[in-house]
Amino acid sequence: MTSFRGTSPESPSLAGLRKNSSRPRDVFNIIMTGLSVLCVVITLIPLVLVLAFVTIQGAGSITPALFTELPPPPGLEGGGIANAIIGTLIVVAIATLISVPFGVMAAVYLSEFSKDGQVARWVRFFTNVLSGVPSIISGVFVYALLVRTGLTGYSAVAGGVALAVLMLPTIIRTTDEALNIIPQEIRWASIGVGASRYQTVLQIVLPAAIPSILTGVTLAIARAAGETAPLIFTALFSSFWPNGILQPIATLSVLVYNFAIVPFEPQQELAWAGSLILVLLVLLTSIIARVVTRQKTY
Amino acid sequence: MVEQVAAQTNQTKTSTVFKIEDCDIYYGSYKAVRDVSMEIPPNQITSFIGPSGCGKSTILRCLNRLNDLIEIFHLTGKILYHGQNLYDSDIDPVEVRRRIGMVFQRPNPFPKTIYDNIAYGPRINGFKGDTDEMDALVERSLKRAVLWDEVKDKLQESGFSLSGGQQQRLCIARAVAVDPEVVLMDEPCSALDPISTLKIEELMMELREKYTIVIVTHNMQQATRVADKTAFFNAVPTESGGKVGYLAEFNDTQEIFGNPKETATRDYVTGRFG
Repeated sequence: MTSFRGTSPESPSLAGLRKNSSRPRDVFNIIMTGLSVLCVVITLIPLVLVLAFVTIQGAGSITPALFTELPPPPGLEGGGIANAIIGTLIVVAIATLISVPFGVMAAVYLSEFSKDGQVARWVRFFTNVLSGVPSIISGVFVYALLVRTGLTGYSAVAGGVALAVLMLPTIIRTTDEALNIIPQEIRWASIGVGASRYQTVLQIVLPAAIPSILTGVTLAIARAAGETAPLIFTALFSSFWPNGILQPIATLSVLVYNFAIVPFEPQQELAWAGSLILVLLVLLTSIIARVVTRQKTY
Repeated sequence: MVEQVAAQTNQTKTSTVFKIEDCDIYYGSYKAVRDVSMEIPPNQITSFIGPSGCGKSTILRCLNRLNDLIEIFHLTGKILYHGQNLYDSDIDPVEVRRRIGMVFQRPNPFPKTIYDNIAYGPRINGFKGDTDEMDALVERSLKRAVLWDEVKDKLQESGFSLSGGQQQRLCIARAVAVDPEVVLMDEPCSALDPISTLKIEELMMELREKYTIVIVTHNMQQATRVADKTAFFNAVPTESGGKVGYLAEFNDTQEIFGNPKETATRDYVTGRFG
């Protein structure tokens, strides 16, 4: 220490406080930070490219007619994809109506009533398995269950059920987690003023968890809206306006799948436009999920 | 309905609110508390003191059957409430908890408005009055918890917007809103600053007029300040290596702190252990 004396204007023991970027650990720091930034950029490249490509290709075809007209017959110009937009909304709505009540109730059972027994453990395990099942399997399952048996045939309902199967694990898991975050003391407080178990769950625990549950539901919807495989042989496709929920119905994702591979230019342009609208729909639901999450209590 | 129940309670009122007879408490096969017998008098503050793990909170939670929520909990012996064993098979624990309220260690308001925090209890217990009567009940409960003046202009704000001490008084107001006979308090001031603690203590002294209060506290000064009677619980090691709690001494607070009969009590209240 004393050797510094005289060469430095300040007290020698403070010399070490100065920044010194040539020390090995500072060099290491700079390199690692650079590496992380590089990885982030590399990760973002495909995302940006996909969005940019879809936007460039699709934006040109965005016309008012797109939202009001049916697709043109092969070989003809113009037309829109209004039926597919409405169809996607209908099928996803059916899927949501089925999966949300079942999913939330199942999660309430797991979190509030199962007492962490064997049943709950198996249900949680199979929920995780179900969330990893390829989406086409869900389509095949519903095809065998509703289409082949003639119960509904190719229809919006069959498509909705197939998507519901895919949404269920997400909804169960996020709701289960949302309920587990609610502090135990709130349940005690409710029970302490003379509430029964179900009053506590319905009036205290579920309302407190609603923002997180809604986030899970919107994420599930966003995923389901983009699915193609489960819809190909359940909702099938239709070139006409939706005609009741027991008829085949057009959806955006199947429209993209069908039109992207035909040799006609107008159809291909509609497929691009459909892709863009689908991406925007998913983006919108994700943004809604974000906004809703901000109101979380816990 | 609330008035009706209160009338019934008055008819059967005895000079002892709780009579605990030979209680052993188990978690699974583990015996947590052994052989507790004591009587808790009405309209007084009874405090439970003792080192950690002596089972004082466990005993407290038996008094309104909150321990039922713990799967492996099991109790032998009797806990008589005005002569009625609370653990008889035909007793409805939900109604027990309505009559015997609870305030917890950490303030735990519901994620609702201040107004709804108070109104929730009466509503789920079948409150039949109109909006004006509910307004009056909310006001009365908040006044009883000496919180009214601080919150009367923001009843529609969230309960979380209050300070810790105010939240705890909100929880007390919530407990008294369902018109209980007993209020159990599990270390109600341990998460609060000294000034809030003082307010809660003053509040307890006032509530004593109308309610029987049982309080668990780690703070011996608090016990001497507020409690009429004090129970000292102690824990001793068992052969299997665990600890079992027992009631070492129960007497007037002055006696416990001024003239303890047991050596363990004297050592504890003079700060030699715990």
